Amino acid sequence: MTVPVSEAATEAVTDTVIELDGVEKVFDVRRKAGPLRRLRTQVRAVDGISFTVPRGEIVGYIGPNGAGKSTTIKMLTGILNPSGGRIRICGLDPTRDRTRLARRIGVVFGQRTTLWWDLPLRDSYELVRRMYRIDDARYAANLAACVELLDLGPLLEVPVRQLSLGQRMRGDIAAALLHDPEVLYLDEPTIGLDVISKTRVRDFLRRVNAERGTTVLLTTHDLTDIEQLCRRVMVIDHGRLMYDGDLGGLHAVGDSERTLVADFARELPPVEIEGARCVKVDGPRQWLAFPAQASAAPLVAAVAAHYPLVDLSVREPAIEDVIARMYGEDADRT
Amino acid sequence: MRSGAYESVRTYRLIVGMWVRSTMAYRTSFVLTALGNLAATGLDFVTILLMFSHITVLGGFTLAQVAFLYGTTSTSFGIADLLLGSMDRLGRRIRDGTLDTLLLRPAPVLAQVAADRFALRRLGRITQGLAVLGWALAHAGIDWTPVRVLLVPLTVLCGAAIFCAVFVAGGAFQFWAGDASEVQNSVTYGGNTMLQYPPAIFARELVRGVTFVVPLAFVNWLPALRVLGEPDPLGLPGWVDFASPAVAALCCALAGLAWRAGLRSYRSTGS
Amino acid sequence: MRGGFYAAVAVRGFRRYATYRTATLAGVFTNTVFGFIIAYSYEALWGQRPHLGGYTEAQALTYVWIGQALLQTMALMAGGFEEELAERIRSGDIAVDLYRPADLQGWWLSADLGRACFHLLGRGVAPMVCGALVFELALPTNPVTWLLFLVSVTLGVVVSFAIRFLVALSSFWLLDGAGVSQVVFLAGLFFSGMLLPLTVFPGWLGVLARALPWSAMLQVPADVLLGRHEGTGALLALAFQAGWAAALLLTGRALQAVAARRVVVQGG
Ligand SMILES: Nc1ncnc2c1ncn2[C@@H]1O[C@H](COP(=O)(O)OP(=O)(O)O)[C@@H](O)[C@H]1O
Ligand SMILES: [Mg+2]
Repeated sequence: MTVPVSEAATEAVTDTVIELDGVEKVFDVRRKAGPLRRLRTQVRAVDGISFTVPRGEIVGYIGPNGAGKSTTIKMLTGILNPSGGRIRICGLDPTRDRTRLARRIGVVFGQRTTLWWDLPLRDSYELVRRMYRIDDARYAANLAACVELLDLGPLLEVPVRQLSLGQRMRGDIAAALLHDPEVLYLDEPTIGLDVISKTRVRDFLRRVNAERGTTVLLTTHDLTDIEQLCRRVMVIDHGRLMYDGDLGGLHAVGDSERTLVADFARELPPVEIEGARCVKVDGPRQWLAFPAQASAAPLVAAVAAHYPLVDLSVREPAIEDVIARMYGEDADRT
Repeated sequence: MRSGAYESVRTYRLIVGMWVRSTMAYRTSFVLTALGNLAATGLDFVTILLMFSHITVLGGFTLAQVAFLYGTTSTSFGIADLLLGSMDRLGRRIRDGTLDTLLLRPAPVLAQVAADRFALRRLGRITQGLAVLGWALAHAGIDWTPVRVLLVPLTVLCGAAIFCAVFVAGGAFQFWAGDASEVQNSVTYGGNTMLQYPPAIFARELVRGVTFVVPLAFVNWLPALRVLGEPDPLGLPGWVDFASPAVAALCCALAGLAWRAGLRSYRSTGS
Repeated sequence: MRGGFYAAVAVRGFRRYATYRTATLAGVFTNTVFGFIIAYSYEALWGQRPHLGGYTEAQALTYVWIGQALLQTMALMAGGFEEELAERIRSGDIAVDLYRPADLQGWWLSADLGRACFHLLGRGVAPMVCGALVFELALPTNPVTWLLFLVSVTLGVVVSFAIRFLVALSSFWLLDGAGVSQVVFLAGLFFSGMLLPLTVFPGWLGVLARALPWSAMLQVPADVLLGRHEGTGALLALAFQAGWAAALLLTGRALQAVAARRVVVQGG
């Protein structure tokens, strides 16, 4: 398969914010192999990745579990030093200039909060203000913007431990943006969130990107995140870049499907409807697959018009499925 | 760019402030545990009092002289414990991945780790140590000279610096062997216990070990022998009684190097 | 059936600690260092006052190493389940535990017995051997004494568990659980006889210290092994431990019930 990687030639023209050249990360892992014996093996978590991201782009960085996404982000932030290759973020080397870079990037790890558990949300922001030396006017403006767009107003005086997961994630995203970072990395920011919180987070990211020109690199398992936010997607597996291009191309390659899960008033024979096919029946519940690019609305309308529909939900294609299909195609072609 | 030391102190103060505020969110709980801590750390000294209810001299030292040893090491240890007492949590932070969030901030990591879980209740040990020290100074029959007067606060501060170095080195050690963080206790808590007793009661090899290998003897034993006018069981030259500042500086420098090496190793192995 | 379940939990508790090999080695090292420090101070003390507290010097030194063997077994300086339970209470996960079919106290007790068993073997034996190599100890040769010692240690662990269970439950009311447990542990070190045998404590303080539950964790098992309780005396000593174990476990149960009601009311 040929991977369309962004061209190095454009680098000089556009303002490149993220730049990776043959980046590798090898971990030494010691495994138990019997009561006393330990085996040393090497895990190539990131195995020669090169790409560039111009200023103001939102990029989706996806791949199955263990693909090397988090490891890449840790190298881009300077937490981990690469074992090989070259990284430049805003022209800085994260290995050598970790603290200088920290002032110019924002990072959110979905499973980890940087907020202070026992203190009101506002106190965590005050700490950010002082630690990043944000001047008062800018801090006030940024906080006001985040509070409005993420609907944090009623939460500012609430101790973080009393916040729900979705509220906390919104709080964390705001904390990562108070110092006006040029780049924002988000590692699974929507994991575990309900639909409303997810929508709000996505809207916010879109606006931050549009209004401030913040470059965003996002990993996720939720294809809707990608669909709604990213024009460009990178797929990584086993530490290698498998695909770099627009989302449409990925779908075409993957030929993925979404699923409409419909609950009917009673048990029915498999539904027959234009543009979808029934893939599973379980009592009154049926699973209807339809192409990922197609809109769900007309399909729902059609089903509701012909059948006694009680409840429904739309399942996004899992990224794993999309990628698995991609490989299927790949295998077919060769 | 401002200097590293300035940045470290600033970061440390910012994070300590957050922890103090967190503690104050549960004020009653704080007052109770601070008082409890004060009383409970005192039980150490009660043990020594109980011993002296059966004897008058231990290892050539009277109760007041032992109290001097106890007061100096407890205060030093208490200061180090207050300043960096949660360094032993570093191993856990590495295991659960929360160390990464500290590396994302534009601030020195050591200062952030040192301030982690800062607990004012640890003032209990310092208070109690100072109280015993005060009593000892009045009752140990010290033949005061200007040098001896100066040596007392110097001893406490250098002792604190040496214990701080041990805490930092122990923290650095956890970058390689997080599971073995308990070894640190044998030097910190163990050292503190040992230094409460006169050196003469310990086997000579042990005293040599804590003089030349892990230089705990400089925390209080050597300067205290000078202040109290007691002979040195190792028969070292007289100037070593004043070597504590130099030893403390050396320990801190070595601990700093160990910390850097540890952090570098973490950033290359991620564990 | 239920017995089998709790036995499985105990085995898991044992295995869980057995996997931390480096930690165990580190612990053995630390216990040995502490053993030496205390042993030298006792040598000085008993050198001046032979038969202090009714112990010969060899017995006093043996007492030191029994103490080091039991320090982690009795979780006298933390290191048992209590932090985990307190954390579950603070995070609210406890609500789930309370609705499990297994009994909360029984579950943690089984796990803690498994842990204690590992710590006795993994962290108790090696420092004792080190001590025996350097100092002259007074260990018994009679197997019955050793058997009684094991029973006494088991009862001591139950008492220790029951106290730590109460400490952990205090997190329901006090959010800064670390402070409470630190105070309880420091008091425990003193009143268990870890710093100085309780038989050396003078007057009313001695009487009080010997009557408190902490004495069941070190003083009683040590005296059993040193052969200071014989015949009915030994049985009385064990009964003393069992009495405290029962009383504290029941208190724990009562407190657990109150806490459970609170969880239900607050919805977790
Ligand atoms: N610190 C580490 N030590 C050893 N192996 C690691 C470490 N961190 C990650 N790995 C391994 O590297 C691979 C990639 O991990 P990661 O980047 O977390 O994947 P992803 O975020 O895509 O799920 C996995 O096989 C993981 O087990
Ligand atoms: Mg990941």
